[in-house]
Amino acid sequence: MATLTYRDALNQALREEMQRDPDVFLIGEEVGVYQGAYKVSRGLLEEFGPTRVVDTPIAELGFAGIGVGAAMAGLRPVVEFMTWNFAVLALDQIVNSAAKILYESGGQIPIPIVFRGPNGAALQLAAQHSQAWESWVAHIPGLKVVAPATPADAKGLLKSAIRDNNPVIVLEGEMLYNVKGEVPEGEHVVPIGRADVKRPGRDVTIVCHSKTVTLALKAAEQLAEHEGVSAEVLDLRSLRPLDEAAILESVSRTNRAVVVEEGWPHAGIGAQVVDVIQREAFDQLDAPVLRVTQADVPMPYNKQLERLAKPSAERVVAAARRVLYLD
Amino acid sequence: MATATAQPTNRSASSDVERQMLRQMLLIRHFEEKAAEAYALGKIGGFCHLYIGQEAVAVGSLAALRDDDYVISSYREHGQALVRGVSPGAVMAELFGKATGCSKGKGGSMHLFDAGKRFMGGHGIVGGHIPLAAGLGFAIRYRGGDQVCICYFGEAAVNIGAFHEALNMASVYKLPVIFCCENNRYGMGTAFERVAAVTDVVEHACSYDMAAELVDGMDALAVYDATRRAVERARKRGHPTLLEVRTYRYMGHSMSDPLHGVYRTKEEVEEQRKRDPIAQLAMKLKDEGVLDQTGLDAMDAEIRKEVEDAVRFADESPDPDPAELTTHVLAD
Repeated sequence: MATLTYRDALNQALREEMQRDPDVFLIGEEVGVYQGAYKVSRGLLEEFGPTRVVDTPIAELGFAGIGVGAAMAGLRPVVEFMTWNFAVLALDQIVNSAAKILYESGGQIPIPIVFRGPNGAALQLAAQHSQAWESWVAHIPGLKVVAPATPADAKGLLKSAIRDNNPVIVLEGEMLYNVKGEVPEGEHVVPIGRADVKRPGRDVTIVCHSKTVTLALKAAEQLAEHEGVSAEVLDLRSLRPLDEAAILESVSRTNRAVVVEEGWPHAGIGAQVVDVIQREAFDQLDAPVLRVTQADVPMPYNKQLERLAKPSAERVVAAARRVLYLD
Repeated sequence: MATATAQPTNRSASSDVERQMLRQMLLIRHFEEKAAEAYALGKIGGFCHLYIGQEAVAVGSLAALRDDDYVISSYREHGQALVRGVSPGAVMAELFGKATGCSKGKGGSMHLFDAGKRFMGGHGIVGGHIPLAAGLGFAIRYRGGDQVCICYFGEAAVNIGAFHEALNMASVYKLPVIFCCENNRYGMGTAFERVAAVTDVVEHACSYDMAAELVDGMDALAVYDATRRAVERARKRGHPTLLEVRTYRYMGHSMSDPLHGVYRTKEEVEEQRKRDPIAQLAMKLKDEGVLDQTGLDAMDAEIRKEVEDAVRFADESPDPDPAELTTHVLAD
């Protein structure tokens, strides 16, 4: 198995799917000549040409709509947003066109499209460029939403997303592009809707996705080392559909849970996970479920304030200690 | 190079085509009259935007298209669906929310679809479907086809960003799309000149280096000819065109609105009705001896019956099964 960065794993998925299916094309800002703002599309223009690797003006609503229109005609567009912060300008096309046309047409017109790009805060990019959009998109019926944490999952989920006959939102971790990991070569497909235990444990379940998987693994390590606590790290991978069975299976063994996300607390993904747990595993719980999120503020620029705003391994450890009544 | 001027008239419709156009305009008119009645009776719910007065636009333009071309429209799309060949029964049943509707009762008046006829919907957000039209054009070009896509929208959509983003990209990528602006003067109750710095929509084509034409939308034959020129430009060279078709709606913005309201006068509506597109074409066909009054009356009676049959079909059709609530959210 080759060791690849998350960035190159995505690139491999795009390349393989474009080789596999001539209806797949990539459209977005800087995807071609510039080779991708984050170099995810490096080399694709040279291999596939400008018809299939399409540079656009800075017009998110417009090129997202071109993608949806092309999908209505049966093509399989991959729409790259330079970041999900800019995709908010295209929400009308994602929410009102891509997610609804199948339903409102009585099932006549599927929209096989991928909307992808980096999501979540990076470093000191301030409020408008540091946002996690999971709960916005996961709210919408008609969409699927995935948020891979590792290079292998990035490749496998992007390939599944491109082959899916529905609009799939791929939230890539802006801080994960350089992360390295083993990636199976060739046909490696991760099914949408399946969570993955990234570290097995007995005492508490840490539910997480995307960049927070790294935090959760670090926290689990610290809990094992300093507290003798065995924490299970459950990576959701898909946020819609949510792998409720995997969440319940884990929590019914550990009887305690902490839910971590990069987004804000109010109406966040964690709130949905907590709903599943209280509804289906109430009698198995030994403590209230706690959440670790970004502080409920726009992201500050100052480095110290930014650190305080973000979820951290320390805060995950603290939450785990509380649900274990170790404090 | 933009050509924002009217072309010299070079009428090319045969008398058969003209007769067919008259028939289609009458179908839309009577269909919409019946829809208004059904709405008043509570058989149609929600928003219902009628096309009465604008018939010549759908009829004239769609006569210039092939069956394998794409058609996409806004929420005022009953007329285009009918002309495209979606059966009056399936359209009326959709307005009634019935299982036999062209969108299985899930779309309603604003979301008529018939993928088999390449009628790619009724869309409810002003201007939101204009980029979709560019996408359909993109798919045509991607596959190397010679089809075109026609996109209908009102003049109010010209003030929204989606219009400008789509026209720019259609021109940059050379997409075979005809952007057909149905300028009926009012965005709901707001006169275009009150909210638009540039009131001649065709002028916007200059910003996007696009061919354009100003068309009399009360004259089906003028619309037909202009659309033919645009279709040829798209089919042969892949170039988009902006058509500004000046038309007028006799009814309120939707069935929730009064006939003329306070934003326009009754006299203005009456004045416009004097240029009625159906009356004009009927007169022309009579003058040319293509159709006499007896023939016209027979055509009218036949269409009224067709529409009554559509209403009966819609009325007698079943509601969707409750299980349909959760189907078609996702494709397999």
